[in-house]
Amino acid sequence: MRARPRLADGTGPVLVVLLVLLVALAFAGPAYAEPSGYLALLKRAAPLVVLAVGQYFVIASGGFDLSVGSLVTAEVVVAARLVDGDDANTWWVIASLLGCGLLVGLVNGLITTKLLVPSFIVTLGMLLVLDGAVFLWSGGAPRGALSPSFRVLGRGSADVGVLGQVPWSVVVLLVVVVAAAWFMRSGTGRMLLAVGDNENVVRLAGGRVDRLRLLAFVLSALLASVAAILLAGFAGVSAQVGEGLEFRAITAVVLGGVLLGGGRGSVVAAAAGALSLEALFSLLNLLGVSGALESAVQGVIIIAAVAYAAHGAGLRRMLRRPVPHPA
Amino acid sequence: MNRKWSAAALAGALTLAGCSSDLPSAPAPGGTSESAKTKSEFFDETEFERQRRFRVAKAVGLDSQDGAAKPWEQALEPQLVDTAKYAKPGGGYHLCFSNASVDNPWRQVGFKTMKEEVKLHPEITNFTVLDAEAKDDKQISDIQSLASQGCSALIVSPNTTATLTPAVEAACATGVPVIVFDRGVKTSCPVTFIHPIGGFAFGADGAEFLEDEVKPGGKVLALRILPGVDVLEQRWAAANEIFSGSQVKVVGVEFTNGDAAKTKSIVNEYIQREGKIDGVWMDAGATAVAAVEAFQDAGAAIPPFVGEDQQDFLRMWADEKMTAIAPTYPTYQWRTPIIAALRVLGGKQVPREWVLPQPKVTQDTLGDFIKQDMPPLHYAMCGCEAMPGYPAPWK
Repeated sequence: MRARPRLADGTGPVLVVLLVLLVALAFAGPAYAEPSGYLALLKRAAPLVVLAVGQYFVIASGGFDLSVGSLVTAEVVVAARLVDGDDANTWWVIASLLGCGLLVGLVNGLITTKLLVPSFIVTLGMLLVLDGAVFLWSGGAPRGALSPSFRVLGRGSADVGVLGQVPWSVVVLLVVVVAAAWFMRSGTGRMLLAVGDNENVVRLAGGRVDRLRLLAFVLSALLASVAAILLAGFAGVSAQVGEGLEFRAITAVVLGGVLLGGGRGSVVAAAAGALSLEALFSLLNLLGVSGALESAVQGVIIIAAVAYAAHGAGLRRMLRRPVPHPA
Repeated sequence: MNRKWSAAALAGALTLAGCSSDLPSAPAPGGTSESAKTKSEFFDETEFERQRRFRVAKAVGLDSQDGAAKPWEQALEPQLVDTAKYAKPGGGYHLCFSNASVDNPWRQVGFKTMKEEVKLHPEITNFTVLDAEAKDDKQISDIQSLASQGCSALIVSPNTTATLTPAVEAACATGVPVIVFDRGVKTSCPVTFIHPIGGFAFGADGAEFLEDEVKPGGKVLALRILPGVDVLEQRWAAANEIFSGSQVKVVGVEFTNGDAAKTKSIVNEYIQREGKIDGVWMDAGATAVAAVEAFQDAGAAIPPFVGEDQQDFLRMWADEKMTAIAPTYPTYQWRTPIIAALRVLGGKQVPREWVLPQPKVTQDTLGDFIKQDMPPLHYAMCGCEAMPGYPAPWK
């Protein structure tokens, strides 16, 4: 008999939080009386959700990726310079952005696994390197411009009968989340989670720990590139676009109940965490709370969620009735 | 990775977040019209009135009053000082420039304009520039090192006002004529201090425009970059003063950090929250296009807008037939320090405080400032179109 599909540890609470926030939004703002309001929210949230999914792979396997924010900035600034407002350049630039992401992920992953430098340090170093490189190259002021076709993914929308205009970024978001959920159900995905839980066991069982870790970093950087393309499309060129995104993504993942240090948590919950974070910020704005509080709220969430993860498991175990093992 | 390590890592991450964040540590003025009505501590009634007067005053050329002088050669209410003691006839000048930074498009356009201005004067044989990369300590040592390089005159664009004051005083003490422009210093030792009218005038230009264009009771959203920067605070203080005496309702004052994506999200949320926004005031135009796009993407009509003289906004303004205004902090002011330096070395008088005219781009003059072949972040008020190298260095 197949086990009935059940939600991974920590998925429940974040879905409840998300639902509460979405309902609250409907009461707080007239715009959320229609699907278009929620579509606009999804569109705003899409880059963060994509980043959070990427961050999830790294965190679940026991690492951190702090380089995603500066990678986003670097790619947006580079894209503007390379595209230079010409539609003919759109596609090869998008391809080379993904290539850049791949490269950065490989470097992060290889240094972590082969040189045994903790990922926190490696990706912090990468953050500083990318920041510095962008500043050196652009002098702090981006040049060039994005072409209209480059911006379609982040800004445009497709006509879908019932729902009306569905933004392309929402389509990208759905594809990424579904693909990630499918991947985490595959053997490789399960192994990735196992690496975060206990890498020695995976190694003794014949799993290739280094390769799995490397894969996590590459996926994270690739998805950061996708987020960069979405963000650049959404709002155009800016040298500030990636500022603080890495912490936002980590907050989202933690809010999704994913254990820092790895080994537990679901990718769908991480995505839901990102969406909740964005919904929360929208709600705070609707209620007239100043945007400056955002970082404070983020800090409180990160601490509260980690504290819950540390003590919540014991709490749940106490509450749960003992289940007899099948013979 | 065990839990202890992750806790340590997280603590590190949070510390880092605290250090690298640009957000204000104190809660910013909330998004209500009530808080908008409280007077800003940066509001200075005397200076506000002085700048209002300058806006309508007639700028004069320094040598002839006939209006032949270009805006960057003009001054408002100049009080001329004698410079005979610095006179060094014969040319062969070595000009030195300590620049605060070139880390934003405004400074980049300005600095390029300055370099072209230097090329116009064969009597300048040497032009040494040190870039402080927005660091006070680097600029202090830059100024010290320039002092020993035999400069004929020293031009300083200070990174911050108070911290750079002693360094500028020390430079003055070496007997070299010192010219300060853009941000000021708290000492009167420089020969001249060059700047456009100022932040109050900039903020007032936009606010008065909205006061006229937005119907009574209309909702205005104010977007600011950062709190605590005096130039930007003055812009908002002036706008706040004008809005609080008018019929328009300021529904929100938000900080964008100069980030286009954040700007767009904020505007999008306000459109959803308020239903309709009747006017947008901005303290700088860098993210104006993103703000306009938020209205387009929400399918809402674009309300009257306050932007700045960057090409992307001017083009959007014309293409979308917007109702808009672009106050400027003219980049042509980067030409003036070179002109001033040559006047001083030639023994000609200069104003003690050289206040440059600060024009705004309006519907009537929009066509003159749109340059389709220039980069989107180029500032139109560069006064550089007639320079020999134009447009290549600005691209």
